[in-house]
Amino acid sequence: MDITYTAEERAFRDEVRRFLHDRLPADIAAKVREGKRVTREDHVRWQSILAEQGWFAVHWPKQYGGTGWTPIQRHIFDEEYASAHAPYLVPFGVSMVGPVIIKFGTEEQKRRYLPRILSQEDWWCQGYSEPGAGSDLASVKTRAVRDGDHYVVNGQKTWTTLGQYANMMFCLARTDPTAKQQEGISFLLIDMDTPGVTVRPIITLDGAHEVNEVFLDDVRVPVEDRVGEEGKGWTCAKFLLTYERTGIAGVGHAKQALAHLKDVARHQTANGRPLYEDPLFRARIAEVEVDLMALEMTNLRVISAAQNGGVPGAESSMLKVRGTEIRQAITDLLRRAVGPYALPFLPEALEGGWDGEPVGPDYAAPLSAQYFNRRKLSIYGGSNEIQKNIIAKMILGL
Amino acid sequence: MDFSLNDEQRMLDETVSRVIREEYGFEQRRGFAGEPDGFSAANWSLFAELGLLAIPFAEENGGFGGGGVELMIVQRAFGRGLVLEPYLASVVLGGGLVEQLGSPAQRERLLSPLLAGKSRLALAWAEPEGRYDHLAVATRAERDSDGYRLSGLKAVVLHGDSADRLLVTARTAGGPTGRAGLSVFLVDSAQPGVGVRGYATIDGLRAAEIRLDDVRVGADALLGPEGGAADALETVLTLGCAALCAEAVGVMEAACELTLDYLKTRQQFGAPIGRFQALQHRMVDMRIALEQAQSMAIFAACSLGLPGAERDRRIAAAKVVIGNSGRFVAEQAIQLHGGMGMTDEAMVSHLAKRLVMIDHHLGDVDHHLGRFVALSD
Repeated sequence: MDITYTAEERAFRDEVRRFLHDRLPADIAAKVREGKRVTREDHVRWQSILAEQGWFAVHWPKQYGGTGWTPIQRHIFDEEYASAHAPYLVPFGVSMVGPVIIKFGTEEQKRRYLPRILSQEDWWCQGYSEPGAGSDLASVKTRAVRDGDHYVVNGQKTWTTLGQYANMMFCLARTDPTAKQQEGISFLLIDMDTPGVTVRPIITLDGAHEVNEVFLDDVRVPVEDRVGEEGKGWTCAKFLLTYERTGIAGVGHAKQALAHLKDVARHQTANGRPLYEDPLFRARIAEVEVDLMALEMTNLRVISAAQNGGVPGAESSMLKVRGTEIRQAITDLLRRAVGPYALPFLPEALEGGWDGEPVGPDYAAPLSAQYFNRRKLSIYGGSNEIQKNIIAKMILGL
Repeated sequence: MDFSLNDEQRMLDETVSRVIREEYGFEQRRGFAGEPDGFSAANWSLFAELGLLAIPFAEENGGFGGGGVELMIVQRAFGRGLVLEPYLASVVLGGGLVEQLGSPAQRERLLSPLLAGKSRLALAWAEPEGRYDHLAVATRAERDSDGYRLSGLKAVVLHGDSADRLLVTARTAGGPTGRAGLSVFLVDSAQPGVGVRGYATIDGLRAAEIRLDDVRVGADALLGPEGGAADALETVLTLGCAALCAEAVGVMEAACELTLDYLKTRQQFGAPIGRFQALQHRMVDMRIALEQAQSMAIFAACSLGLPGAERDRRIAAAKVVIGNSGRFVAEQAIQLHGGMGMTDEAMVSHLAKRLVMIDHHLGDVDHHLGRFVALSD
């Protein structure tokens, strides 16, 4: 038993660290560090740099432009990535539809779509959730009716993250309304420029435009843009939802947020001394820190099992539950750390390049908004209650 | 990064797990608890025969040279069986401190009979006013013509009533809280001036309040340098914490298994109660707590060889997570067993008591959270 990295793994970590240090644009890292909004252009610019290095489609097979890294190397990459303040890697193309196309797509689909993901030509969004299909995803109502060599798609998708930037959407639609719930669903690739596609913003409680509603009215989708067999879309959907989930704990993000919390607490004053030296607040930080240490070890145990050929199943659900709870606890403490300066809300202060006069310490501006934003962590990707149902069934046999 | 056991460790795991499975049923345990010392003398001999008492000691001292992982394997299995025998008190803490501080002659004299199962040690480190602080020692050792005279009170000495030899911390110099001046003495339990008041603990073990009233010991009763025992004591208490973490994981495993089994068999409203989502989610939370505890027990076991401050910081973190998760699993296990969880008859209540009480050994959650803060930058 050995909980340390090997010499090769440490060398790999140094290589990743050096690359991030040299190539991550400083203006983008600053936005992430300061909690400012990252633009579409920022994402594309950075992801192009990653792709040029060959480190964008980290977990794809090598033949399609992946890295061939081991699970431990991928974990090291994730950690260094977060600690360098690199922006959230938009997952919908590279981590979601890409692997589905690799697994279930035709040669033509692979040739057409995979290079465009790597080159950032396509920005994908996810057409899974519907107003009536959230945690109960199999109850999708969107219909796709065959008409010659097209499907005619009608329905409504929602919670479409960054859909306002997307030119492509992968979409679950019902092709056979008479089949049982999980059957009769097909997996379609939809060009967002097709007539009948309408994107409308949903403004979330933190004032952000992160998610959207997408309306599909008589949208004509070529049959060759169906992935997998007709009626077998649920297989693709399930594969996508369980693919590559060892990073789901978000340990790197949590560590980076914890470091930020300590930094903020050192700068805040309470009772005439740094808040970081206040015994009560310090204990609150310590409590979440030890929980994070335990989560990191649990994550490493799961990764190590994957390294040895194991397939993480419901363990990922444990990582998701604990990881999101801990990240939410940290954002809660970040908000509390700034006391009354959690109150002022200046949305313009969250834009990059804003040079107005801050209210209170500049680091306080995004903290409340982030706290409210991170409530999503325990809701999306299968709510934590759904994860517990999965654990109850798959691990406990209840 | 490797979380697997090597072949020898797997064999050890199989051996000790088999002993617990075959010799340590819950009903058998009741019988052991009824013996005069509160545990089974025959089991202690069996552990000696199997070499379990020799696991953590260096080969030069007649041991197997086992490290944190071997200790974790033994303690986790012991936790599953709620073992009553004084492995932690006598082997890990008592023997451990002798190995740390003793001269070659003292190690030979004390460890050989200990490893053979013929002598038992107890470590009297805590005091009535000291809570969990191992440096808060008011017991004095005054120089005498050819030795020392010890006076003071020692609190809640684990298995202090059945040990034939006591290791006692006492001040040979300095104030009541400093590192300097802390010494360790070997005291025979039967010696004049030693008052041992033994009692049961609520989790089924035994402990003692020990009064030292002008107890005279020879110069050879001093273990290690006079006034310089603090580092060694901390090393051993750290080892004890790692052992407790592993034991707690074993107890949690047993508690989770029993509770899950109960959820699948107990019928209410025409269905097994495990069908109800409120209970399922509680059970899932227990299972997640167990995994986190397991991770920290491994973390602790693999951190024992690090330099002092980093080792202590990690052990403190582990003890915090174990304390919180142990109490959580204990409370939920009782709750999910309903009225049955409240009875002495059900094993789950004994598991719950041990889990909660593990937090009261060698520093609780608050104590170790404070240590963790003090040791972090």
